[in-house]
Amino acid sequence: MEIYQEIHVTENALEVEKAYVNVQAGNTGAVNIFVGTVRNKTDSRNVVNLEYEAYEGMAIKEMRKIAEEATTKWPIEKIIIHHRVGKLRVGEATVIIAVSTPHRHDSFEACRYIIDALKKSVPIWKKEIFEDGEEWVSAHP
Amino acid sequence: MKLSVLLFGIARDIVGDRNISVDLPENENVAGLLNYLRNKYPSFNDLQSLFVAVNDTYAKSEQVLHEDDEIALIPPVSGG
Repeated sequence: MEIYQEIHVTENALEVEKAYVNVQAGNTGAVNIFVGTVRNKTDSRNVVNLEYEAYEGMAIKEMRKIAEEATTKWPIEKIIIHHRVGKLRVGEATVIIAVSTPHRHDSFEACRYIIDALKKSVPIWKKEIFEDGEEWVSAHP
Repeated sequence: MKLSVLLFGIARDIVGDRNISVDLPENENVAGLLNYLRNKYPSFNDLQSLFVAVNDTYAKSEQVLHEDDEIALIPPVSGG
């Protein structure tokens, strides 16, 4: 079944309220929204910025696959995945996952499934810029 | 055959460019391309993982490459 999907990679600031409005559907009783944000520390090093880059065409294709997999597992009405790219400051939203389902349990599980899957397979890369250097996250064992 | 390979993240830093042109024998596969690149740029061997995407999809080692494929090197992803 084709469901409403809104999947974007964007350099613009992410809008949580807009995602909330767009993910709602008349027949759903639950909306679950996950927002990833820029943390100010990794271990004990101070983070100044995060820089995200995407292989955009493939990233969108992979996110669609994840959305479709989630749709086969839970009774989802709408799915939104927005991922930010470019240079982000501490506190800014990096990713929004929003799902609507008839009941809350499914919305929690679907939302977690989508963010976990995104982190595993979607070709997006994050560089942490510290006060004393920079590093591509998870690049090395 | 001449293949053009797109580079992202740390792979771009290792090579020092957004894409490279690679000359390989006809019918070479993904494993052959990775082998070639790991030899030419030994820093690739230090990465947690290294995959190849062909036409926007993760490719298996035995997939044969063609000149008109869009090929990208996928170092460890870290979105979210």
